[in-house]
Amino acid sequence: MSVRILYFAGLREALGKAGETIDLPAGIATIGALRDWLAADGRDKLASAKNLRCAVNQAMAGPEAPVRDGDEVAFFPPVTGG
Amino acid sequence: MTVRVQEADFDLNAELTALRAGDPRIGALASFVGLVRDINDGAGVSEMTLEHYPGMTEKALEAIVAEAKGRWDIYGALVIHRVGPLRPCDQIVLVAVTSAHRGEAFAACEFIMDHLKTRAPFWKRETTPEGARWVDARDSDDSAAARWIPTDS
Repeated sequence: MSVRILYFAGLREALGKAGETIDLPAGIATIGALRDWLAADGRDKLASAKNLRCAVNQAMAGPEAPVRDGDEVAFFPPVTGG
Repeated sequence: MTVRVQEADFDLNAELTALRAGDPRIGALASFVGLVRDINDGAGVSEMTLEHYPGMTEKALEAIVAEAKGRWDIYGALVIHRVGPLRPCDQIVLVAVTSAHRGEAFAACEFIMDHLKTRAPFWKRETTPEGARWVDARDSDDSAAARWIPTDS
């Protein structure tokens, strides 16, 4: 299963990249599981970041949201526009 | 209903005039303009850069405007949000709403702004004398958006 991951703002800076396409092992079915897997795979900031937000296919999503092949998943800090 | 994300500044008078042009049903036009301040959290701010999530930003703003239209009897709505480098006194955001009467226009304008602050994927990075820093989200923004949630009481 391949997903496109995007990082924004302080998280993008901490990880040193704006995005990556990743082939996930079987069994990563939710956003929460994806975050844990990415963190365990060397992206420490994903584990330590407080109040991390997520979007799946450009809509806000919680840790229980499903992840499917071809999804665009974004992680980012709480928004500060306006 | 129009949503625009752009680096360029906007002409407030031209935008508001265009929003209400030729529609004699409109009795009220409420607008809000957000501006860059030169101080935040106790530090001087000389410059700010706004980052966003292209694609999601537009979708999020359009969804917020659609919710406002479903909730109040409004005729037109306009949201312009700037991105890229900005300086103190610059305009950041415009929200404008037209309706027959002021109550709907004021409420819808404030609703859109409160939800923009918590749901639209923008991030501010500001330059201070101590260096650049990402702006932290405020709890007061969450409570401002939460007060629009209907309660049964």
